[in-house]
Amino acid sequence: MSMDTTTRPAGDRSTTDEPAVDLQGVRKVYTVGDDEVVALDHATLRVEHDEIVALVGPSGSGKTTLCSIAGGILSASEGTVRIGGQDITHFKEKQLSAFRRQSVGFVFQSVNLVPFLTARENLLVVDEMGKRTGRAARDRADQLLEELGLSDRRNNLPSQLSGGQRQRVAIGRSLMNDPTLVLFDEPTSALDTKLGEQVMELIRDEMHARNIAAIIVTHDERMTHYADRTAHIVDGVIGAT
Amino acid sequence: MKLALREMRRRPGQFVTATVILTLIALLLMFLGGLLDGLVGSSTSAIEAQRGKVIAFSSTSQSSFPSSRLTSAERTEIESVAGAGAVGGLSVTQLGARIPGNGPRDLIDVALFGYEIAPTGVPDPPAAGEAWADDSLREQGVTDGMTILLGPARSPIRVAGFVSGLQYNGQGTLWSSPETRREVQNANRPDARESDGVYQAFVVTGTEGGAADALAQQIDQATSGATESLSITAAANAQPGVEEQTSTFNQIIGVTVVIAIVVVALFFALLIVERTALYGVLKAMGARSGTIFGGVVLQAVVVTAIASIIGASISILVASVIPAGGIPFQISAVRIISSVGYLLVAAVIGCAFSLRRVLRIDPASAIGTGS
Repeated sequence: MSMDTTTRPAGDRSTTDEPAVDLQGVRKVYTVGDDEVVALDHATLRVEHDEIVALVGPSGSGKTTLCSIAGGILSASEGTVRIGGQDITHFKEKQLSAFRRQSVGFVFQSVNLVPFLTARENLLVVDEMGKRTGRAARDRADQLLEELGLSDRRNNLPSQLSGGQRQRVAIGRSLMNDPTLVLFDEPTSALDTKLGEQVMELIRDEMHARNIAAIIVTHDERMTHYADRTAHIVDGVIGAT
Repeated sequence: MKLALREMRRRPGQFVTATVILTLIALLLMFLGGLLDGLVGSSTSAIEAQRGKVIAFSSTSQSSFPSSRLTSAERTEIESVAGAGAVGGLSVTQLGARIPGNGPRDLIDVALFGYEIAPTGVPDPPAAGEAWADDSLREQGVTDGMTILLGPARSPIRVAGFVSGLQYNGQGTLWSSPETRREVQNANRPDARESDGVYQAFVVTGTEGGAADALAQQIDQATSGATESLSITAAANAQPGVEEQTSTFNQIIGVTVVIAIVVVALFFALLIVERTALYGVLKAMGARSGTIFGGVVLQAVVVTAIASIIGASISILVASVIPAGGIPFQISAVRIISSVGYLLVAAVIGCAFSLRRVLRIDPASAIGTGS
C-alpha cells in the first residue's frame, strides 16, 4: 500500500504542551451484586500528542476499560482523565457524546463498517452525526480515501472490499473528525500475519504523518514494535513502560 | 436521518414484511371507515343534504320523523324567531313500491319525501304526482319516466328524473311536493292521516354566521317546548340505529389502530435488537440517542406512509367499482386523511416503545467484542 505522507498540518497539536492522554490514578469499579469488581486500579498513563502506545495484556486485564475511559465512553470511578488538555473526568453522558464526536476516533476490533453504506459514505457518517459541514466533509472524505489508496473503491460496499481494505476504510473513518486521539481495538486480530503487519505499518505511518496520538490495544506481542512504546496491563494495573 | 433513509433505499427487503402488514391494516381501516360512512350515509344522507341549520321535530317524537307532527301554529312561532330565515316543511312516508315488470309480491322499499326547501342536489319540487328518484333505485329497476305504484293503495308516482346520494333508513328516496306526499300518506296510512299544513318536521335555514345550537334553543323557547330542535348533523345522528352503528364501528376501528401500534412496536423492536451492535458503534463514535431514535421513527413513518398510499389507492378503486345501491361503501377524502393520520400516530407511538431500548444501548459494547 502506498500513501501520501507529505501531508496535512497537525493544527494545534504540534504546538501544545499538553499530552494527548493524561490518566492519573484512574480507578474503575463495577458493583456486581454485593461484590465490587475493580477493572482498573490506580492506572496512570500519559501519551504525547504524536505518540503511539501499544497496550498489551491478557483477556480481562482492563485494556478495554482503559480504552473506554480514554475514549470518553466510560467515566472513571476515581482519578482524573484529561484528553487533549480537556478534563473529561466529570463529563455527563451528553458531554461525553459530543467529546467523542469531536475529539476521538475509533477503529473497532470487528471493523464495524455500516454494511449498506459505501466506503465514502462510511466516512461521511461521522459528519452526519455532528454539525454537518457539507462540502468540506465530502472533500475530506475524498482526500482520506486517496491517501489510504481507496479512491477506486469509494463506491464499493464493505462486502465488496477485502479485509485489509475494510480496515483502511475504518482508519479513514476514525480520522474524519480530525481527532486528538485514535483508539485501535485489536486491529489485526481478524487478519493474517502479513496483512496484520501491513495494517500496523499503515497505522504507524498515518498517525505519525498527522501527529495524532494513538493507543493500540492488542494481545499480540509481535505487533508492538510498530508502536513507539508498549504499556503492559495486568489485573487493572499498568506496569512500568 | 440520512442513514435511516439510505438503509431503506439499499435494503428495502428488510421492510417488506412490515409494509405488507401495515398495508393490510390500512386497507382494513379504510374499508371499515368507508363501510361506516356508507351505512351511516344510507341512513342519513337525505337528512344531511337538507339546506338549513336546524330541523325542528315535535318534542314527544324523540327526533323520529314518523312520530313527529307539527302544525302551522308551530310554524308561525318558528318563523317569528329572530334569525330563523326561511322555514320549510319536510315529511316522509316509507312504503313498498311496485316496479313495472316485477312480480306482485316483489316490492322495493322506498322513502317518499315531501319538501318545501330543496335539499342539496335536488331541484325544486316537481309537478303533482311526480318525484325525483335517488340513483340507488336504478339498481332496483327504476328508470326515468317510469310510473311506480306505492303502498297498498298503489298510489302512482311518475319518476321525473334522478338525483344522487340521498338515502334514508337504508332505503332509496323519492322527492315530491308536500301535497303529493300527503296524498300518498293519507291514501296508504289512514291511521296516520295528515291535514294540510301539518308536517313531520320543519327545516329552518337560519342566517349566515348564526350558530345552529343557539337557533335551536331559541326555536324551542319560542314554541314553549313543543319542539325539539337539532342541528342537521345532530338530527342525522339521532335517527334510529345510527349512534349504535357508529359506536360499534368506531370501537372496531380503535382496535385496528391498536393492532397497528403493536405491529409497528414489534417490528421495530426486532429491528433494533438486530442493530444493537451497529447502534453501539454509532454511539461510540458520538451519535446521539435522539438521532438514532429519530431515524427509527422516520423509517416507521415512511413504511406507514407507503402502506397508507397503497391502502388508499385500493380503497378508492373498490369504491369506484361498487355499483350504487350495492354494498354501502363510501370512501371520502376526510376518511382517507383521518385513517392515514391514525396510522401515522400509531407508527410514532409504536416506535416509542423502542426508545428505551435505544437509550440503553451501551456504546462500550462496540469495544472489545467480536462480531
